[in-house]
Amino acid sequence: MNHWIIAPVVLPALLAPLLAFVMRHDIVLSRAASAVGTVCLAAIAIGLTMLEAGGGTQVYFLGNWTAPFGIVLVLDRLSAIMVLLTAVLALIVLWHSIATGWDKRGRHFHALFQFQLMGINGAFLTGDAFNLFVFFEVLLIASYGLMIHGGGRTRLRAGLQYVVMNLAGSTLFLFALGTLYATTGTLNIADLAVKVQAMPADDVALVRVAAVLMLIVFAIKAALFPVQFWLPGTYANAPAPVAALFAIMTKVGAYSIIRIYTIVFGPDVAATQGIVTDWLMPAAIITLALGAIGVLGAKRLMPLLAFSVVGSMGTLMLAVSAFTPYALSTALYYLLHSTFAGAALFLLADLVVSRRGNDALTAQPPIVQNGLFAALFFVGAIGMAGMPPLSGFLGKLMVMDGVRDQSWMALAWGAILIASLVTIVGFARAGSVLFWKSTAMEPAEASDTVTPATALQVGPAMCAMGMLVALSVFAGPTASYLESTAAQLFDSSGYIDAVLSPALEGLK
Amino acid sequence: MEFLVASAIGVLTAGGVYLILRLRTFPVILGISLLSYAVNVFLFATGRLAVDAPPVLQKYADVAYTDPLPQALVLTAIVISFGMTAVLVMFALGAYLEADHDQINIQDADEIESSDEKGQGA
Repeated sequence: MNHWIIAPVVLPALLAPLLAFVMRHDIVLSRAASAVGTVCLAAIAIGLTMLEAGGGTQVYFLGNWTAPFGIVLVLDRLSAIMVLLTAVLALIVLWHSIATGWDKRGRHFHALFQFQLMGINGAFLTGDAFNLFVFFEVLLIASYGLMIHGGGRTRLRAGLQYVVMNLAGSTLFLFALGTLYATTGTLNIADLAVKVQAMPADDVALVRVAAVLMLIVFAIKAALFPVQFWLPGTYANAPAPVAALFAIMTKVGAYSIIRIYTIVFGPDVAATQGIVTDWLMPAAIITLALGAIGVLGAKRLMPLLAFSVVGSMGTLMLAVSAFTPYALSTALYYLLHSTFAGAALFLLADLVVSRRGNDALTAQPPIVQNGLFAALFFVGAIGMAGMPPLSGFLGKLMVMDGVRDQSWMALAWGAILIASLVTIVGFARAGSVLFWKSTAMEPAEASDTVTPATALQVGPAMCAMGMLVALSVFAGPTASYLESTAAQLFDSSGYIDAVLSPALEGLK
Repeated sequence: MEFLVASAIGVLTAGGVYLILRLRTFPVILGISLLSYAVNVFLFATGRLAVDAPPVLQKYADVAYTDPLPQALVLTAIVISFGMTAVLVMFALGAYLEADHDQINIQDADEIESSDEKGQGA
């Protein structure tokens, strides 16, 4: 049993209380500790990904209780790549919040940040449905704190909406888990898969109810229509580095859908056949359209970026809803891309908005480093809208290729292409109003409060864009890793064997 | 007993859903609480309703027992929902004190104003 599997959960869990209780008065110390912890997390994540690239599914039995009696953590290719994505994103966001001083604007930023990482990593690693709920709550309660970091009236009120939405979602999750437990008698994901496959056809009604309830819960997290309402308000009013970190939170919902609806309610399972695609595909298309229309109609920069995140979730879930191995691998590629694209844009927007004074999309006198910010915004917008040469283009191309064999291929292609066009128009309008029209106005009087961004402050946004470049340069190796990831997911017997076989061996 | 428990869960859920659709924060908090009570009772019932059966296996005699796992799940759910409700109350209180009213809606005017504040604070 490899104990490194639990390290991505334990490391932030131990660090966070230390940050909250021991180092809270010393900002330098807590910055250093938080940074060192996140670097270690990234190193562990790289190690786990390399380990996983060579071998099969690895299982960690907590307290050495065999499944399905104890809780298990499962490391397969999907969870390894998700943990790695979280760690890299966390490093970039942490760097930005330290360089711009966001972490000093309220208390306990670093402790909440580490708790957030603990919850996200736990959700990616766990092999137990109830444990997934618990880690959801851990990441949510940390995100509530981060969401209102720095305070302010609108932020608090937007935070309230966010909390209420997610508490209602948690209640729904518990109802789904209860229904599932009542019908199958287990909550271990591998054991659930066995029980659902063996279920007699007369008893499937309640399981189908549970499957749809869980789909709604994960759709809330992934901001899919019709439960996407919380996202624009939350992301637009959260502190920008936190919004950048939240780019991974929608992906937790997407990950849960991918995990549960391939392993437990897979496409071959008779009990729930067809219900997922029937609901997910139209929801994804409407989400995509809503995102694009929102980008076009936004009056402020932050909501514009939030709507572009909604649109990218639509594209992602459209590829997921095909539920074929190839389409899933394209969805995972787009998932990696859209996380970094969203984060890059939010970090850049923070630099611009803090110098401009507000984020209204109206022509205002140019700010310092107008050219630099304009160039970076151009790169970020190209990435998000899906134009060549960045990974957004490759990602959308692959997604379209992935859904090519589906009966609804024309609908999907039309939605993706039209939404991309509308998004490009929206970003072009925002960019030209923000950076171009302003050059025709008289520069504002030089004031001492507006300082140019230093290399350290621009660095994180550039790093996130560098990841987009890296994703397109190394598209071949990434795609082949993701293809084997998708193949592993659809071979649910491998997952089930890895989790349950030690218990069977013990019986012999 | 099944009828009683089922209707209790139903009534609690219906009340909770009605209350979280209200426009003010106080009824919404009550609604969330009612929903979490409903789900706790529901989780408890997933192990089947049994009277006079301890959640402990007897290895010396074959006596009736009830499923202990839902009880553990309910305990976890109670702790989490209690903590979350506390957080929600603090949020609502903070928002009420900042805005001087407890409407849930956010008007567009508020947002523009706050984006100005945000910029000045930065």
